[in-house]
Amino acid sequence: MAPSLSLERLSLTDFRNYAHVVIETGPGPIVLFGLNGSGKTNILEAISLLAPGQGLRRAPYPDLLRAGANGGWAVAARVNSRSGRAEIGTGFSPSAAAGQRAGTGRVVRIDGEPAGGSGALADFVEIVWLTPAMDGLFTGPASERRRFLDRLVLCFDPGFRSLAGRFERATQSRNRLLADGVRDNARLEGVEIIMAEAGTAIAAARISTVRRLCDVIAARRLRDPDSPFPWSGIELEGSLESALASAPAVDVEDSYARRLASMRERDRAAGRTLEGPHRSDLIVSHGPKNMPARLSSTGEQKALLIGLVMAEAELIAMRHSGSAPLLLLDEITAHLDDRRRDGLFSEILRLGAQAWMTGTDLSAFSALSGQATMLRVADAGLHSVHA
Amino acid sequence: MSKAIAGPEIERMIQLLSRLPGLGPRSARKAALSLLKRREDLLMPLADALSAAVDRITHCSECGNVDTVSPCSLCRDGRRDRSVVVVVEEVGDLWALERAAAINGVYHVLGGHLSPLDGVGPDNLNIPRLLERASSGEVKEVILALNATVEGQSTMHYIKERLAPTNVAVSEIQKGVPIGGELDYLDDGTLAAAIKSRRRI
Ligand SMILES: Nc1ncnc2c1ncn2[C@@H]1O[C@H](COP(=O)(O)OP(=O)(O)OP(=O)(O)O)[C@@H](O)[C@H]1O
Ligand SMILES: [Mg+2]
Ligand SMILES: [Zn+2]
Repeated sequence: MAPSLSLERLSLTDFRNYAHVVIETGPGPIVLFGLNGSGKTNILEAISLLAPGQGLRRAPYPDLLRAGANGGWAVAARVNSRSGRAEIGTGFSPSAAAGQRAGTGRVVRIDGEPAGGSGALADFVEIVWLTPAMDGLFTGPASERRRFLDRLVLCFDPGFRSLAGRFERATQSRNRLLADGVRDNARLEGVEIIMAEAGTAIAAARISTVRRLCDVIAARRLRDPDSPFPWSGIELEGSLESALASAPAVDVEDSYARRLASMRERDRAAGRTLEGPHRSDLIVSHGPKNMPARLSSTGEQKALLIGLVMAEAELIAMRHSGSAPLLLLDEITAHLDDRRRDGLFSEILRLGAQAWMTGTDLSAFSALSGQATMLRVADAGLHSVHA
Repeated sequence: MSKAIAGPEIERMIQLLSRLPGLGPRSARKAALSLLKRREDLLMPLADALSAAVDRITHCSECGNVDTVSPCSLCRDGRRDRSVVVVVEEVGDLWALERAAAINGVYHVLGGHLSPLDGVGPDNLNIPRLLERASSGEVKEVILALNATVEGQSTMHYIKERLAPTNVAVSEIQKGVPIGGELDYLDDGTLAAAIKSRRRI
């Protein structure tokens, strides 16, 4: 089995409440514990920026700069990845960004070389995270579930990001043409064809990722029928996704382009494009109870979510001959009874992932004693605990 | 802000140089310095060349290329096959195709692409002239060598539709242009291959 992805050294500079902090870590799980507001989630957020995307809070980059600091923030790490060891770093400086045209991006460096964008990080770092903000995933808006799914799709299909960007830009262009009262068929058709191509490819990529995830969920059910984390039934809901179930992609593409053409006046009135992969939803159900997840109890939803996230991590690990992604599990023990807590720890150990877990109380992690690095978070610093 | 290190004439020169793509303030100062050091053999000839360009630069009435003569040198070149017109977004793309010696036709520079999000429509581009050229009878094939971006591709569709009533064959460049890619950034070999494997549309 290939070794799991791990951070060997992590440093934060003027990031959130940290002026400067460096930690060296082993490959196993890490527990960050401390009082409310001590800076636990900030550490997970910093790590999340070592992967492509906007980080686990999706916060604007200027907000991450430590209050009172006047340069920029930086996060750097030595990672031990399946592609070997690498020094990766990312940062953002508001003053430097103001001078550039494309001033919203963060700087990324891999082994000292500047990378074109955060996308280049995908070759080194893959992260699966679970935060309290995701507790409402099943009851909240579909956009959150799409984002959740698309993050996973991206792990399997690195081209997915540009595909999604292409679809979005074409859709915005069409919305603008409609808003501007343009009725020139050749102009609208030009963007609708791109929407149809990109949109169908997006739906197809989602379908294949969901299929893989279902396979892993099925295997987990067989392996561990009494798991404290109930299995999820998952389904994609969306016009292109369902069309692809019974027709070849080229036909789906054509018919979506035709539908877009026929819906121009309706979309013009609505001020947006009413049909497409940007409206799809991931429908999750509580498998054993055969109930929609959104109707499950708070504790059941949390257990479902943990099962789903662990299935994701396992899927990514399988793809890399057992090399698990980083796990960021914020306040993970909250609302878990003892059986679920121990079940989660043994899943993490079995997967061999470097899981970064936070909690206010060290005693909740006593079952991991000797198998995890325990770090106390206080006074804008990290302190090792020798238990 | 950094304070002035030289008189206003030199400061202005540095400031203007730093607006060139690829030159930051630091390299602009370096460039200015070497110009000043080499007054006779670099600064003066450059100043002359620049002012000559300012006086004579013009857009080709035929193809939209930038040159000091109109029709431009390429349009005047008798060895070129005038029945094949390669449509590009920018002069930079034309230069890239010429560098790659990809094709022996003539060009048509649109001066950008359709971009609803930036308020650019067909009237803001050199499209009407292209339609005229295509209907003149001299042109047999139009090759659309536009970028693989959303804007480039939708512009391509638009032009294709507009050219449909004429009798010219329309093709697009194909292989090797990565999705979202811009021509200017492709290497010469890739560009030449893209032109050779163009596809009738
Ligand atoms: N840009 C910033 N500069 C300085 N401090 C910041 C900045 N952004 C956030 N903080 C502070 O960081 C502190 C720690 O936040 P964090 O979310 O990491 O706490 P936590 O340990 O996860 O707490 P909890 O247990 O309540 O979740 C907060 O008190 C917040 O005010
Ligand atoms: Mg927190
Ligand atoms: Zn010309």
